[in-house]
Amino acid sequence: MFKKKILPKLALVMTALVALTLSACSIETDVSSKVYNHVKASKTITWGVKYDTSLFGIKSVKTNKLEGFEIDLARLLTKKIVGKNGKAKFIEVTAQTKIPQLKNNNIDAVLACMTITDERKKSVDFSTPYFKAGTSLLTKTSSKIKSIKDLNKKGKVVIVAKGTTAAEDIARLAPKAKIRQFNDYGSCTNALLAGQGDAFATDNGILAGIAAQHKNLHLVGGTIAVEPYGIAVNKGQTGMRDAINQALKDAKKDGSYHRLIKKWFGKIPGFSIKEAEY
Amino acid sequence: MISLFAANWSTFLLGFWNTILCSLISLFFSLIIGSGFAILETVPNKFWRGVAKVYVEIFRNIPLLVVTMVFYLVLPTYTPLKLTGFQAGTIGLSIYSSAFIAETVRSGIQSVGVGQMEGARSNGMTYWQAMRYVILPQAFKIVIPPLGNQFVNLIKNSSILAFVAGFDLMYQGDIVASNTFQTIPSYVLVGIFYLILTLPLSYYMQYLEKKGV
Repeated sequence: MFKKKILPKLALVMTALVALTLSACSIETDVSSKVYNHVKASKTITWGVKYDTSLFGIKSVKTNKLEGFEIDLARLLTKKIVGKNGKAKFIEVTAQTKIPQLKNNNIDAVLACMTITDERKKSVDFSTPYFKAGTSLLTKTSSKIKSIKDLNKKGKVVIVAKGTTAAEDIARLAPKAKIRQFNDYGSCTNALLAGQGDAFATDNGILAGIAAQHKNLHLVGGTIAVEPYGIAVNKGQTGMRDAINQALKDAKKDGSYHRLIKKWFGKIPGFSIKEAEY
Repeated sequence: MISLFAANWSTFLLGFWNTILCSLISLFFSLIIGSGFAILETVPNKFWRGVAKVYVEIFRNIPLLVVTMVFYLVLPTYTPLKLTGFQAGTIGLSIYSSAFIAETVRSGIQSVGVGQMEGARSNGMTYWQAMRYVILPQAFKIVIPPLGNQFVNLIKNSSILAFVAGFDLMYQGDIVASNTFQTIPSYVLVGIFYLILTLPLSYYMQYLEKKGV
């Protein structure tokens, strides 16, 4: 009697276990499109963007609205990925916080002047590049610094933003210069204006935006290193990455990408959109 | 975390050293300036009392970051005075902490009974002699616990250097975090280093407090 009762129960437990393992397996294989499925279902993509970088992503002091090339690009890609009524949500990231925010799922993707590097590829997956930036130097117009060579001397101080690739470029190209790092581009600009450094090094597009706002600052010395920007998703989220790549490809094909580049960078003096575009 | 420290130990130790240096310098100056203003706050002369009150109220009620930014960005822009991040941060921290220390020491001086001063004066001491030999020794004994709190706060506040490229513990931790992307272990290490400084100080203050009583 005892045996009769336990057998069907045992069978039930066994089937449940097998089902559980199978479903667990199916979850396992589905992990790579977790973010993609989530954005598809909610019709919302949360982008990590810059709030302090003119031309790319800046919260305008006057209108209190987010504007910039990357903001427009994010809206365009959102429509292409999740459909016409898709919503783009924005969260501010800085060079320091973008990867942690991506890791804890606060944001679905980073579209924030992020250079594709091998070091970063260990932590995140990058889309195809969408902007070809180059590290450049910003100085006061009264400064004698004309190129990276002038900075490779004892006592010269170069300002960079924490967590950007510019620090490595300066350490490689001007090893004698001292590097001071600040939390964001605004602090870097203020430090340069106050004479706390001889030059501010970061990507040329960002510097062009700053120079456009400050008449006593200008770009010098051309680009010292090429920095392709990519959209980053959390490591392993290939579903989302592939969707972004497809959307980028479409945008390049139908001309909307080119129109955005032209809208934001077409009128910047000393900036060639042909060199920046992919 | 151990591997992170092993790979970046020189970065962390440089920050640790700068934090100690900044804290010691600020501790020294804020204690002197603070005690000075505390005494000024209790002198009979109304004018000097007013001066001390204004100083204390201004610097006690402005954020430390603002005081530091004035020394780091505003002064170099409008005057020929050039201060590095470390100098600006240390000066800002000294001034800011001195306002709190002044208030702490003042409360200590005022908690010494009026009779002490009257007794000393009637024994032929001048005001300053009475202050030096009778009031202040008693006052400092009373303020050791709250003063200990101020010292611990001062050490923690030295992280202000991170905002002005002062190469302190927090700044170096930020750089390790943003270069390695190991955010949590980096900041945990920074926290441990601060504890190495503040815990012994807390315990020493407790010991002094017990011994004093």
